[in-house]
Amino acid sequence: MRIPPLLTGALALALSFAQPAAAITVGFAQVGSESGWRTSFSESVKAEAKRRGIDLKFSDAQQKQENQIKAVRSFVAQQVDAIMIAPVVETGWRPVLREARRADIPVVILDRNIRVKDPSMYLTRIASDFVEEGRRAAEWLMQETGGNCDILELQGTVGATAAIDRMKGFKEIIGEYPNAGIVRSQTGEFTRTKGKEVMEAMLKAEGGGEELCALWSHNDEMAIGAIQAIREAGLKPGEDILVVSVDGVPDYFKAMAEGTANATVELTPHLGGPAFDVIDRYLGGDRDIDKQITTTGDLYTQETAAEEYRKRTGG
Amino acid sequence: MNNLPPAAAKEQPVSPAGPRGLLPPLNGRYLWPLLGLVLLLAINLVLSPEFFQVKLVDGRLYGSLIDVLNRSAPVALLAIGMTLVIATGGIDLSVGATMAIAGAVCANMLVGGVDSIFLVVAGGMAIGILIGAVNGSLVSFLGIQPIVATLILMVAGRGIAQLINAGQIVTFQNEAFTFIGTGSVFGVPFPILLVLMVFAAIQLLMRKTALGLFVESVGCNAGASHYLGVNARAVKMMVYCIAGLCAALAGMIAAADIQGSDANNAGLWLELDAILAVVIGGASLMGGRFSLVLSLVGVLIIQCLSTTIIMSGVPPKYNLVIKSLVVVFVLLLQSPRFQAQMGALIALAKSKSNKSVGERAEA
Repeated sequence: MRIPPLLTGALALALSFAQPAAAITVGFAQVGSESGWRTSFSESVKAEAKRRGIDLKFSDAQQKQENQIKAVRSFVAQQVDAIMIAPVVETGWRPVLREARRADIPVVILDRNIRVKDPSMYLTRIASDFVEEGRRAAEWLMQETGGNCDILELQGTVGATAAIDRMKGFKEIIGEYPNAGIVRSQTGEFTRTKGKEVMEAMLKAEGGGEELCALWSHNDEMAIGAIQAIREAGLKPGEDILVVSVDGVPDYFKAMAEGTANATVELTPHLGGPAFDVIDRYLGGDRDIDKQITTTGDLYTQETAAEEYRKRTGG
Repeated sequence: MNNLPPAAAKEQPVSPAGPRGLLPPLNGRYLWPLLGLVLLLAINLVLSPEFFQVKLVDGRLYGSLIDVLNRSAPVALLAIGMTLVIATGGIDLSVGATMAIAGAVCANMLVGGVDSIFLVVAGGMAIGILIGAVNGSLVSFLGIQPIVATLILMVAGRGIAQLINAGQIVTFQNEAFTFIGTGSVFGVPFPILLVLMVFAAIQLLMRKTALGLFVESVGCNAGASHYLGVNARAVKMMVYCIAGLCAALAGMIAAADIQGSDANNAGLWLELDAILAVVIGGASLMGGRFSLVLSLVGVLIIQCLSTTIIMSGVPPKYNLVIKSLVVVFVLLLQSPRFQAQMGALIALAKSKSNKSVGERAEA
């Protein structure tokens, strides 16, 4: 079942060999294609490389670190100008990073983190800031409700970084408003089914949900499930209960266009642009580069939802 | 198995407790799981009295009790199939993945423009039976251990579903199909009715025909059953097909409920919930004696517990610990040895307190 990405990966690699030498050559060791978000991430990097005329050598590791290490070694052997890694796991990168450094090739880490004692082993890490996503969602909600709001929270998988940090950022802002608070919080495990089931029970535990003001969900999938539960409880999602979430998946834009959801903070898959920017600066001789570059997607609301939905589904 | 003489049926090594009525007699075996369920409901009564409120909203019954029944429907269907499989001494780990595949097949038929709801449902059911037949063939004709045979599709099945969905969540808008998950008849949610129908059909088949006896005899001693003229292979084949069919129905409920097929998460780990329900219901994993009613009680205990945890507002990180503690408690309740020891402890405490009361009276 993992054959198509391998083939396309191999094809991309083969094609990139065939191309005439471009201005710069960048190797990209991607995790694989385990989710829709990851696919958009890869597509976005490829599109950005094409736009800038960068010769991108793309490697799909099929969720295996050993494949990524192999890919990085082959990038070093090909003497690329820079390497980007979206690591599968945090540990085990030291030997291969040292090889890249010996060959004087800068390495940019994307998305997930890596753990090395010597931070000079890589140039910088570019990733989304989950805490900031939580903050933005809370800021929007507080602005919308004037800081007077009883909130239900659907948490992500217990222990997941995205869940912990989004919760933290959200609470940070809510804490400044004495009349706002999370009245109930449960995990919906990032899935639609659980989101719906948990929302059903939470609404009943809150006496039908008429007193509630908003739902804060750690991702769009759970929110979409919960919206159905709100509707089945005889309430209007998006009006009686505001819905704010994180991710920006097409189905959620559709819900916003229909008026059943209110806002989402996009978890941006467009990490390619900032990465190429940093590489350009480094190759241009700039050595004053931050070790951590965070990107936070914009908050989208109902006003632009229909248009965004069209854009994202290519319709 | 059609040529089994009636005399042989009477001499089966297993005879289920009590007369073969359609509904079971209320004896010790039925008492303890039910007691567990009643205890759980009592806890809910204390935590939130509104748990038992049932009212009509938009022409359908609405309340936590209805939620428990409605949400337990997929696992209930899985448990019905699983009970039969376990009764033959087997196990089916692939039912969760089967749910995902059936959901994916139906969703793609709907998106692909198949208008006839009957065709879509038939397609989903057919794929369930097909998967059951694959499992059944591996177990009965190739003699592969059930846990290994069904593990194959448990792991690969989810991949097949992902392949059908091309890695995306396939969503659809179809009122007729959505009815399976969210519709209601006379206010009763359709998933509950579907479970009742499947239960009634299988219970009739198992208790009013000799089939139930064959299933139990194959589970008890496949060799002996063979010599008595029971076609053990056909019986095993049949139970895996029923399990596959039940899983497909559960998968359709799950897909219809969220109006989409999520290959990664539909039915994830539900095979384990189904096995747990059957075990809570007191069935032996070694095969033999089974009771569909008790398995359903087991399902209700599990679902009631999940709803209770959400309603009670405990932090999510305690969910699984609480769940496992309650399950251990319910299983202990059923253990004859535990009952005996508790009985002895209570008797001891009584005699002591009697003694102390007596001493005080003397003083």
